[in-house]
Amino acid sequence: MAGRLTPIALGATVFFLVAAAAPLFVPSWATLFALILAKGIVVLGIILLLQAGQVSFGHAMFFTTGAYAAAFWGKFVGGGDIVLYLALGAISSTVFGLIVGLFVVRYREIFFGMLNLAFSMVLWSLLEKMFHYTNGADGIRVARPTLLGWAFTPETFQYVILYISLLIAAAAFIGVQRYLDSPLGHMLRAIKSNETRLEYLGTSARRVLLVGYVISAMLGGIGGTLVAIIQQIATPEFGYWTKSGEFVFIAILGGGAHAFGAFAGAAMFEIVRYFAAAQLANAWQLILGVVLIVIILYAPNGLIGLRQRDRRAKQGGR
Amino acid sequence: MANILLSAKGITIRFGGVIAADGIDLDVHEGENLAIIGPNGAGKTTFLNISTGYLRPQAGHVSFLGRDITAQLPRTITRLGIARAFQIPQLFLDQTVIENMLIAAASLGGHPSGFKALSGLPEAPEMERLLALVGVEQYAGRKARELPEGQRKLVDIALALALKPRLLLMDEPTSGVASSEKFGIMDILTAALAKEKVTSVFVEHDMDVVERYASRVAVWSMGKIQKIGTPADVLADPKVREHVIGI
Repeated sequence: MAGRLTPIALGATVFFLVAAAAPLFVPSWATLFALILAKGIVVLGIILLLQAGQVSFGHAMFFTTGAYAAAFWGKFVGGGDIVLYLALGAISSTVFGLIVGLFVVRYREIFFGMLNLAFSMVLWSLLEKMFHYTNGADGIRVARPTLLGWAFTPETFQYVILYISLLIAAAAFIGVQRYLDSPLGHMLRAIKSNETRLEYLGTSARRVLLVGYVISAMLGGIGGTLVAIIQQIATPEFGYWTKSGEFVFIAILGGGAHAFGAFAGAAMFEIVRYFAAAQLANAWQLILGVVLIVIILYAPNGLIGLRQRDRRAKQGGR
Repeated sequence: MANILLSAKGITIRFGGVIAADGIDLDVHEGENLAIIGPNGAGKTTFLNISTGYLRPQAGHVSFLGRDITAQLPRTITRLGIARAFQIPQLFLDQTVIENMLIAAASLGGHPSGFKALSGLPEAPEMERLLALVGVEQYAGRKARELPEGQRKLVDIALALALKPRLLLMDEPTSGVASSEKFGIMDILTAALAKEKVTSVFVEHDMDVVERYASRVAVWSMGKIQKIGTPADVLADPKVREHVIGI
């Protein structure tokens, strides 16, 4: 598989290089690319679950968990460091993912999707209603953290968080792609194509899905922590169902056949939003909707599927 | 008498008003190829489903190598040494044939890695050997969905053999295969089973296949084992010929 998708791996390399270099020339892009990378990390988790044919409509709950891990530390303990925040985000979302996962991996397809949605809405409600701890809909401000004790000016910090996001995104991208090529990754795909046979090979499909789910939750948490640091706030909106829908939207946009689909989709989503919001103010969703319709009609396997479609066309196939 | 691998005692199961098994006693001896024949809907496949944990009998129990396996999970029974091949081949259609085999190898290991590449598993040469043993090594790099039905059957059996089972349960290994191919497939299959020292039970409708490849035949009809013995004895029985074979 790796050999067949080499052009995509090349595209990924170019993407990460552009993400590293472009903001040096246009400073306002530093935050844009940091957000693309952070959301791409979350969508990597959605793509993992798509391998098993499962769509989570509640993955924003892990994104929120990561964001609030940083926010709560700042609010109740004070101070904070990027490394500490990321560790808290990863650990809390992993533990939460394990707890939720033990329930949801027993279900498939629409039941899996809706059960995830239900858990996420419970979390959203708690964040909205427990005002004393969460400030309700106002959310909690996340003060600019240090990095291993070093404090930065806002101008420098946007680059610091960009390169940290880039480092984590690149590591997560390579890790997820390796996972997809590993026995566990192939077993995840086997759940989609023939779960019964997997059980008759002596493997627990639930356990395979649970491992994938927990990794997916951890990625969601890390992405959430990064976004909370980038935007300097965590609000219950991070866990609302439309945010979960946004992650699924990005995964469909990018394509689930390769880990790079997460970043291709996130880049397209954020760039369209960035420019469409500037031109059309409150109607930017209209542009995104049209983009999604075009993708579904003409590139049902997402942006990275275009490359495979192009290759098949050259071979004379459909 | 060879060792008893699988032993069913008093198996009873009903589906509504249909009695698929009514106190069935059946032993499978090590080294044999036991064929189960009978009319459609008699309960033959149900026996395979009970023996592999897919169904739970309403009464009776099944033991394998002396251990009670009644109502254990299919994966638990698989790990004990019972593999299954299906009437309709059950493959991972979007993956290549060798990837299918390596997933089986990784399953057998018990602790599949999430980091090492599947293609780099040390079991790869052994899986290629098994594909060659059943004569489908030339399809190793092809996606399973691209294979013709007969080859899918053989890959399905190779998948089961990858688990290094003591006992292989097969549901109509030649169904869906062109009649000109069925003896070829069975020749390959029985040779592979003998080489790997795997005992087999196969449900079969084709009496030519039963006569040629079974070492023992059990006639399953109306929830009972009506007759059991060598193919020559069983297939010569007038009642079996009339009620099961239909001549």
